[in-house]
Amino acid sequence: MGDRTPVIAGIGLSDHPIAPELDAMQHHVLAMQRALADSGIEKSEIDGYMSTGGGRGTESGVAMAEYLGIDHRWVDSTMTGGSSFEFYVQHATAAIREGYCDTVLITYGSDFLSQQGRSLGTSGFQQPGERVAGALQYEAPYGNVLVGAYAMAARRHMHEFGTTSEQLAEIAVAVRKHAQLNPNARYRDPLTIDDVVSSRMIADPLHMYDCCSITDGGGAVIVTTAERAEDLRTPPVYVLGAAGAQTHWNISQMGDFTTTAAATSGPEAFAQAGVRPEDIDTVQLYDSFTITVLLMLEDLGFCAKGDGGAFVEDGALALGGKLPLNTDGGGLSACHPGMRGIFLLIEASRQLRGEAGDAQVPDAELALACGSGGWLSCIGTVVLGKEHP
Amino acid sequence: MIEVLEQGGHGVPDLTDRPLPQVDNVSSTYWSGAAQGALLFQQCPACGHRQFYPRAMCTACAADTEWKQALGRGTVHTFTVIRQNMASPWDRLLPYVVAIVELEEGPRMMSNITHCDVDDVRVDMPVECYAVAVEDGLAIPFWRPVQSERTERGRSA
Repeated sequence: MGDRTPVIAGIGLSDHPIAPELDAMQHHVLAMQRALADSGIEKSEIDGYMSTGGGRGTESGVAMAEYLGIDHRWVDSTMTGGSSFEFYVQHATAAIREGYCDTVLITYGSDFLSQQGRSLGTSGFQQPGERVAGALQYEAPYGNVLVGAYAMAARRHMHEFGTTSEQLAEIAVAVRKHAQLNPNARYRDPLTIDDVVSSRMIADPLHMYDCCSITDGGGAVIVTTAERAEDLRTPPVYVLGAAGAQTHWNISQMGDFTTTAAATSGPEAFAQAGVRPEDIDTVQLYDSFTITVLLMLEDLGFCAKGDGGAFVEDGALALGGKLPLNTDGGGLSACHPGMRGIFLLIEASRQLRGEAGDAQVPDAELALACGSGGWLSCIGTVVLGKEHP
Repeated sequence: MIEVLEQGGHGVPDLTDRPLPQVDNVSSTYWSGAAQGALLFQQCPACGHRQFYPRAMCTACAADTEWKQALGRGTVHTFTVIRQNMASPWDRLLPYVVAIVELEEGPRMMSNITHCDVDDVRVDMPVECYAVAVEDGLAIPFWRPVQSERTERGRSA
């Protein structure tokens, strides 16, 4: 066998942040077409497919595979929420290394904003008077919302470590600076710490600007072998480490509200890669809410547990700071169609290919993508590098 | 035992239009217990693990579990004040507190904190359980500050 080191060989974005002319499936298609064109890989070469599905009759990965006309011999519809795509990289690299398939396509597409507006964070998931089965029967009578789950983690972090709203706001402000460099970002107006902490409270202690945008959008990533990538038109991005872990699914089952499964998947991904947090040049972290980023920074080992607030101060996460975060403007300001994990991989790859334009981190050689799914439940960590390991 | 109250009384939630449990083989014991004034959790006779929400086995060792009755006292482990929820009936109940309550016996559960102003809720605040009757075999547990901590009735969910 040739060099089966897994690489990201193609990336593609559909249109965002607002694309009412596209349905979810069309987002998948457009992203796939662009990733194929980006890589120069033929569609017929795809023999592995991974997706959470596309909606409107293609809610499963295999239904989406049929729609896209993928003849796979390795398929994965693992659904960990927004982090599914980091888990897919873990699964794709294992399958490729073992020879179960050679070239994996991962796609995602969502018309969330155009179809459902900005309802995701602050509407119930049930109908009035609905009888709710399973584990959610113990939560549904109490009216929690998505933002509320993260708010309870933020509240506990503030209680244990003295973290402040101003420190959380630093995260939103840094990401907004990067959105201002991205013409396709949802929100590009200047944003200050004061703007964040004086914005409307949605679920204490999270303010409106602690919460991500809701957009339309889609993305595709092609993972293949280093051997196949050798003569492609774009430089390969090497998958150095990929790991996933879960602490709970429903928020009431989160054992430690200040620690996520990144404390497991992070060290595992770093160990595979043989690098340490201080080696990383840029991080693409799942910024569903500011608190998500803060918890990940600690759990991944960029600072000690409880020190996240101090770590993010003074613009540490903005370009020019010690650890540039979400250089595409993130979910907070640029693009979040419901599940954001694939965009983390795409932006990390753009950085390592030197294609990030005004948002380029100089000499970026190592990037980390960390996705969160559910309610801080399933955390996938991927370490990517510019050089062959 | 915990008090079982009628809906909509003094500070007691009116459950009209709230999503409610679809009672199943395991949960029926819990919900009917609450209706009879017993707040139940599960304990494993094999390894001692205590758990909530109820399952068909111990999440630690996979053995069958036993039901235990809680005292109905606990503390607020963490909470939020929901100030935006566009869905019915919640839009009529804003703002309200969603909390994770830690029972004295250890397990945690989600609930609302009622009978106090939403801004008076604190982490570690001592709370006590009561249940609101829905129908035969079903009452929903809620929590309120223990008597010494209770303020004049504020907004409550």
